[in-house]
Amino acid sequence: MAGRGQNASWNLDEGGNGMNTPNDLAALEEQISQWRDYLRRRPGIRAPDVAELEDNLRGQIAMLTDSGLEPDEAFLVAVKRIGSLNAVSLEFAREHSERLWKQLVTAPDGDEPESNARTEALVVLCVALAAALAIKLPELFGLQLNGGDWGFYARNTSLFVLPLLTGYFAWKRGLHAAACVSLGVVFVAAAFFANVFPFIAKSDTLGLTALHLPIALWLVVGVAYTGGRWFAGNGRMDFVRFSGELFIYYVLIALGGFVLTGFTLMMFKAIGMDVQWLTKAWLVPCGAMGAVIVGSWLVEAKKSVIENMAPVLTRLFTPLFAAVLLVFLFTMVWTGNPIDVERGVLISFDLLLAMVVALVLYATSARDPQAPPDLFDWLQLLLVTVALVVDVVALAAISNRISEFGFTPNRVAALGENIIFLVSLAGLAWFYARFLRRHSSFASLEWWQIAYLPVYSVWAAFVVIVFPPVFGYR
Amino acid sequence: MELNKDLVAASATPLVLAILAEGDSYGYAVIKRVAELSRGHLQWTDGMLYPVLHRLERQDLVAAKWGVSETGRKRKYYRITKQGLTQLAEQKEQWQAVDRTLRGIWMKAAMA
Repeated sequence: MAGRGQNASWNLDEGGNGMNTPNDLAALEEQISQWRDYLRRRPGIRAPDVAELEDNLRGQIAMLTDSGLEPDEAFLVAVKRIGSLNAVSLEFAREHSERLWKQLVTAPDGDEPESNARTEALVVLCVALAAALAIKLPELFGLQLNGGDWGFYARNTSLFVLPLLTGYFAWKRGLHAAACVSLGVVFVAAAFFANVFPFIAKSDTLGLTALHLPIALWLVVGVAYTGGRWFAGNGRMDFVRFSGELFIYYVLIALGGFVLTGFTLMMFKAIGMDVQWLTKAWLVPCGAMGAVIVGSWLVEAKKSVIENMAPVLTRLFTPLFAAVLLVFLFTMVWTGNPIDVERGVLISFDLLLAMVVALVLYATSARDPQAPPDLFDWLQLLLVTVALVVDVVALAAISNRISEFGFTPNRVAALGENIIFLVSLAGLAWFYARFLRRHSSFASLEWWQIAYLPVYSVWAAFVVIVFPPVFGYR
Repeated sequence: MELNKDLVAASATPLVLAILAEGDSYGYAVIKRVAELSRGHLQWTDGMLYPVLHRLERQDLVAAKWGVSETGRKRKYYRITKQGLTQLAEQKEQWQAVDRTLRGIWMKAAMA
């Protein structure tokens, strides 16, 4: 029971000296405040309940000290009379079962005073509004979102929202000025490289920039998320968890947005008005931007409250992906059909590998590093190995294509990404195998994953900066 | 003698309502009063009273309001409502019925 260990720390072992000195009372207050913090973290118990129970505790202590007990003894007896905190919190949860569900946004968690939470909500609202309006700003300069300036928006989408998200985390983590300036410089550089090149309209390199810039900049968000200490402690893994949860929240918010858009169109149609301009020019783009900020805030607010979804989904889909990949490989070998490297197929193979890497990453993020290897770890190794084989096959197909038809930006990008995933998967397989044979700890596997994270962003930055000029902006 | 757990749980509602019918009170005072009335036979774990009070509050049998204690700390005071009084009367009848029944059978056993 979790309560036991805590109880021990309440036990001050100073012998009674017969008097309630101010020291005794200060120690008592300290004990009470520890007890209060501990109680507050229980599910189903809210701050007012803690106040009520504390009133009871103080009543008991007062009565017991009046009858001659030392304050610390009185404290122990009073705590005992309150009862096992597990049982009590269970009883509270039974009476207030809704609390186990509704803790999401309603209350700030524990230690944080309510005014802080309100300030934060206000800041989030402002930042989200700013993000929503930022995407409309270029229209003031005549760049039409739904018109011919599609390329401008494609290149710059991430630049409308990610600096604001970074700013939010910089504010929340209290990043110092020097760090803020250097993050700002990165964004300015990103804006420079995204806009200075004379892209040919709808060219491959433009598409690649649009795709890779957010990946490169996500690392900057990560630096702000970890409070500028990317390499310290568990920050990076927390950022991975955050990213996964944000993705899930974003998808959910987007679903809600679709419903809202659909109803908006339907209702106005019913009174004979076509409001497509409203949804297309305002609702969808502004909502898409603002949702990034709001989603991030929700993930931050609820991280300790509700079970994270990403690892749950990982558990569900790891076996399924492994099975599908296996079947695919067998079918390919059986029929002898080579991978037909069309452009679309190449990208989807890269996505598939990214998916596998992400699955393993999220499974890792939710795993207890101390636990011994189990069946799920073998499944992961299977998944990684099969993906590795698929990667090699895809790699061979791409190289084949390149040697036959020459270099294009898309092919080289796909090749580069394939190699990056190959290295990542090979490392994963190696560390998993070592872990399963108990040659190394799970921590080294985790280390490999988080140490490798910046590689994706650096490669993405490389694509954004080097590809367009090298390939003549085609 | 210590009372059976189910019996403690079943008697909690009428007991709390009856104590509140004597006058407004707060958690710790209710617990003290119970100990006093039962001469120590009814041992409640203090923490268990509060979920009961909250349930009664949800059922509108008692009303609660935050006040300040003698020492200036926040304290939640409870007051019995009209429905609470009705409920108390009903419970009283039920418990008396149980009591009468048991008394009857035990008296017979004593005489036999």
